[in-house]
Amino acid sequence: MTQSKMIENDFCITFSTVNGSGSATANITLMRALFRMGIPVSGKNIFPSNIQGQPTWFTLRLSKKVYLSRVQDDDIVVVMNPATIDKDISCLVSGGVMLIPDDFEYVNPRDDIVIYTMPVRRLVKEAEIPPVFRDYIANMVYVGVLAYLLNIELESIHKALDYHFKGNEKSIEINYKVVKMAFEWAEQNLEKKDHYVASRMNGTEGYIMTDGNTAAALGSIYGGVQFAAWYPITPATSLAETLHEYLPQLRGDAETGKDTFAIVQAEDELAAIGMAIGAGWGGLRAMTSTSGPGLSLMTEYIGLAYYAEVPVVIWDVQRVGPSTGMPTRTAQGDLTMVNFMSHGDSQILILIPGTINECFEFGWKAFDIAERFQTPVVVLSDLDFGMNQWMAKKFDYPDQPMDRGKLLWERELEELLEKNKGEWGRYLDIDGDGIPYRTVPGNKHPQSGHFVRGTSHDEFARYSEEGDVWVRNFNRIKRKIELARESLPEPVYSQQEEAEIGIIASGSVDPAVEEARDMLGEEGIKTDYLRIRGIPFSKKVKKFIKAHRVTYVVEMNRDGQLSQLLTMDFPDVAYKLRKIAHMDGLPLPAKWVKQQILSGEEK
Amino acid sequence: MAGPASQTNQNTNLVGLSRADYRGAPSTLCQGCGHNSIAAQITAACFEMNIVPENLVKFSGIGCSSKSPTYFLGRSFCFNGLHGRMPSLALGALFADKTLEAIGISGDGDTASIGFGQFKHLVRRNLPLVYIIENNGVYGLTKGQFSATAEKGLSLKRQGTNPFTPVDLAMEALISDATFVARSFAGDPKQVKQLIKAAIAHRGIAVIDIISPCVTFHNHENSFHSYSFGKTHEEPLHEISLVLAREEITIDDFERGMTKEVTLYDGSVVRLKKLESEYDPTDKWQALHMLEDAANNNWLLTGLIYVDPDVPTLFDKYNLPDTPLNRLPVEKLRPSPESLELINQSMF
Repeated sequence: MTQSKMIENDFCITFSTVNGSGSATANITLMRALFRMGIPVSGKNIFPSNIQGQPTWFTLRLSKKVYLSRVQDDDIVVVMNPATIDKDISCLVSGGVMLIPDDFEYVNPRDDIVIYTMPVRRLVKEAEIPPVFRDYIANMVYVGVLAYLLNIELESIHKALDYHFKGNEKSIEINYKVVKMAFEWAEQNLEKKDHYVASRMNGTEGYIMTDGNTAAALGSIYGGVQFAAWYPITPATSLAETLHEYLPQLRGDAETGKDTFAIVQAEDELAAIGMAIGAGWGGLRAMTSTSGPGLSLMTEYIGLAYYAEVPVVIWDVQRVGPSTGMPTRTAQGDLTMVNFMSHGDSQILILIPGTINECFEFGWKAFDIAERFQTPVVVLSDLDFGMNQWMAKKFDYPDQPMDRGKLLWERELEELLEKNKGEWGRYLDIDGDGIPYRTVPGNKHPQSGHFVRGTSHDEFARYSEEGDVWVRNFNRIKRKIELARESLPEPVYSQQEEAEIGIIASGSVDPAVEEARDMLGEEGIKTDYLRIRGIPFSKKVKKFIKAHRVTYVVEMNRDGQLSQLLTMDFPDVAYKLRKIAHMDGLPLPAKWVKQQILSGEEK
Repeated sequence: MAGPASQTNQNTNLVGLSRADYRGAPSTLCQGCGHNSIAAQITAACFEMNIVPENLVKFSGIGCSSKSPTYFLGRSFCFNGLHGRMPSLALGALFADKTLEAIGISGDGDTASIGFGQFKHLVRRNLPLVYIIENNGVYGLTKGQFSATAEKGLSLKRQGTNPFTPVDLAMEALISDATFVARSFAGDPKQVKQLIKAAIAHRGIAVIDIISPCVTFHNHENSFHSYSFGKTHEEPLHEISLVLAREEITIDDFERGMTKEVTLYDGSVVRLKKLESEYDPTDKWQALHMLEDAANNNWLLTGLIYVDPDVPTLFDKYNLPDTPLNRLPVEKLRPSPESLELINQSMF
C-alpha cells in the first residue's frame, strides 16, 4: 500500500459492544489519545436504556477539517458483540476494516473489506488479570491492536488512562499492560492491509474535551446559581450531578466557610420545579434540569411562574418523545411544547445553545435573562450535546457583570417610593417597559410584602376578577416578552458570497449543517446560514428569510417545529420556508442534510 | 422599619404593633366557615408572639383553605401556589431566607389527595414550617365532592355513599417522622391558638390538622367534619398552654404531677395539663396507638399529639451561612477567573 493512498485523520471507527462490558473506558481512552495527538475528534455513544447486556455502539470520528457531526458509514468497525456482526459488516465502506475476536463465528458476505482477527481471550489470559476484571479489560485488546494499525501513540494512550483513572496506578497499570501486549502481538502477527492512519497534527490547541451537561452545570455555577432542585432522568441527570460535584469546591464562602448554594434532589419533577420557583421567588438564582417527561410534569408550575412573573431557569436536555419514547436517543422535539408551555396564552423565553461553549455561556446568561425579564427561561439542549464527549474551546469567563434585574431591597424600595409619589406595586409598570419592580421575602420594609398568586391580580398584586384588569396585566406581560426578542442571544449569521439559499437551524444540528454547507459548496451550491439561539425570534430572522429565495429549516423532529414557529411568527415570508426534519434518535448526518437540500433544489 | 414607634400600651405588643397590623383583607369565604376562625387565631397568635409581619412568610395551595392567607397578616409576603404543591414552593422559598417564620395553609384535598406526596416528603425533610390543614372532608370550591378525609359511609346528593376509609393526616404525618403533630377543631378557638403558638415556637415541621366544618356543603349532623359533631365529640387530650421564652413562667392552675412540659427550641415551654389519661406526647408509639383508638371509637381527639423538639431541621443538614442566601452580594456568587482557568486545565 503506497503512502499516497493512505487516508489520514479523516475516517470513522465504530465500536460495537455489549453495554455494561466496560467498553466505555476503552473508547474514551482512544478518543482522548487521538485528541492528545492533536487530531480533532468527535464521539457518539449510541446506547440502550438498559444497564447490562444490550448492544451499544460508540462512533469515533477523526476529522482533520474539524467536522464533528455523525457519519452514517463506518470505515472501521470493532466487533465485540457477536449479536450484531451482520449489521456491523453491512455498515462498512468499501475498503473498510473489521476487527474481531478470533473466536467469533460469522459468515462474511463481503470481499471488499479487510478483516483482522484478535486473540482477545488468549491475550487477556496471558496478561494474568484477576478474573473479576477480565471482561472489562478485554476491551483494551482492541485499543492496543488499533494503536498498532493506525499508529496511535502509546504514550498518548497512557496519558488518557492516567486521566481516566485519576492517577490510580494499579488501574492504569492493568489496563496499559493489556494495551501494550495487544500492540506487541499485532506488531508481530498482523500485516497492515488497510489504508487508514492517524498522524499527529496541531488541531486541538486551545481545546478541551467535555460534554454539554458539564458545560451547562459549570456555566450555571459561574452564573451564580444559588438553588437547584432536580429529579433523576436520562439524559439530564449528569447536569445536576455535575452541580453536586463542583459547587462545594467553587462556591464555598472563603470568609465563613459556608456554602453559597443549596441543592435538593426532589421527590419528582412536580416538586423540583415547585422548589425552584419558590427559590426564584425568594430572590435566589434558581434552576432545575430535566428532560421531556419531567418537563411535561413541570408545565403547570412554569405557567404559574410565567403569569406570576417569577424568574427560574429550566434546562431541558431533550430526548425522543412523546411519552417515554427513546430515553437514550437524541431529539429536538420539545420546541413547540416549550414555546407555548402552560394552558392559556403564554410564551416562554427559550435559549438554544449550538455549541458546547454556548452550553456554558447560556448557563450563566439564562439567570441574567430570567431575572431581567422576571420570567421562566428554558434552555434547550439535547442528549447529543449533554451526554457525548465533545472537543470544545476552553470555557470563557463571563464577559458581563451579573444582572439581577429590577430587584429592590429596603433602601431601593424607599428611594423608589420617594421618586414615585409613594406608589409601588409588584406588578406596576413604572418604567413603561412592561417589567415591574420586585421585592423578595426577607425584605423588612413594611410596604415590601405582597401576595403572589396564579389567580388574576392587579398592579398591586390584589385578587381581581375584573376583565379589564386581567387584560391590562396580561398584555403588559406580552409587552415584556416582546422586548426580549432583541435581548436574547442573537442569531449567528454565516454568509457565502451571492448565496440565494438560506439555511436556518438551531442546537446540536449545527455541526451537520456546517459540514453539509461545505459539501454543497463543493458542488457549486452556495448557502447562507442563520443559527437561532433564542426564541422569541429576533427581527433579524425575518430579514434573513426575506433576503433568500428559499430557506431550508433543518431540525431533529418529525413535524418541523422550528419551521412551524417561524411560520407563525413571520406569516408573510413563511412561503419561503422548506422543512427538513427527521428524527430517528441519532444525530443528523451531514450527508443526509446535503441530500435533502439537493433534492429540494432539484424540484 | 417595623411599623409604629414602640409606645407600649395594651393596644400594642412588644414590637410596637397593634392588632390591626396583623389583619388581612376581609374574608370572602362563607359566613361561619371554620377557616375564618382559624385565620383569626393565626392573627391573634402572631400578635401575641410579637412577630413582625415582614419576618413571616405565608404559603398555600389551592382550595377554600388556600384562599385564607389573604385574610391574615396582610403585610407579610405570601405565595399562593398550585393545588397540592405548596410544600415544594415553601421549601424553595425558605432556602432564600431561613430566618423567616413560615405558615403554610392547606386543605384536605390539597394535602390528602393531589399533594399527598409533597406533604409526606416535606414532613420527612423537617422543613421549619407551620403546616395547617383546614380539614373539612369536602371539596368546597367545586361545590361539595368527597375528599380523601371524608369518612366511610357518608352520603352526598350526587356521588352517593363514600365506600372508602378516610386518610388520617395526623397519622400520616407521624409515620413520616413529623416532629410536631397536633389536631384541633375550629370551634375550639382557644386550643387552636395555643397550638398555633406552640407550632410557631417549634423548630421544624409542625403539622396541625384542624377539623374545620364546611357550613355550606358538609355540615351534616352525623359527620365527623361538622360543628355539631365536633362540639359533642371533641375530646381534648389535655389543656394546652404555651409560655413564651421571654415571658415569666408562673405556675398557677397546673397541678403537680398532672402536667407535662416540653421545652421548645427557642426556650418556650408548652404545658399540657392532663385531663384523664397519662398521655405522653413525646412517645411516638403511644401517639400512634392513641390515634388508632380514636379512629376505632369515633372520637375527635384534639391537642398536641406528638412533639420532638430536638430533631435537626432541613437547614441543619446544609452548610448555610448566617446571612440569608438571598442577601449574598454578587461577588460571592461568581467564582474567580482563576478558578475557571483551573477547571479548563483539569479537563483533558
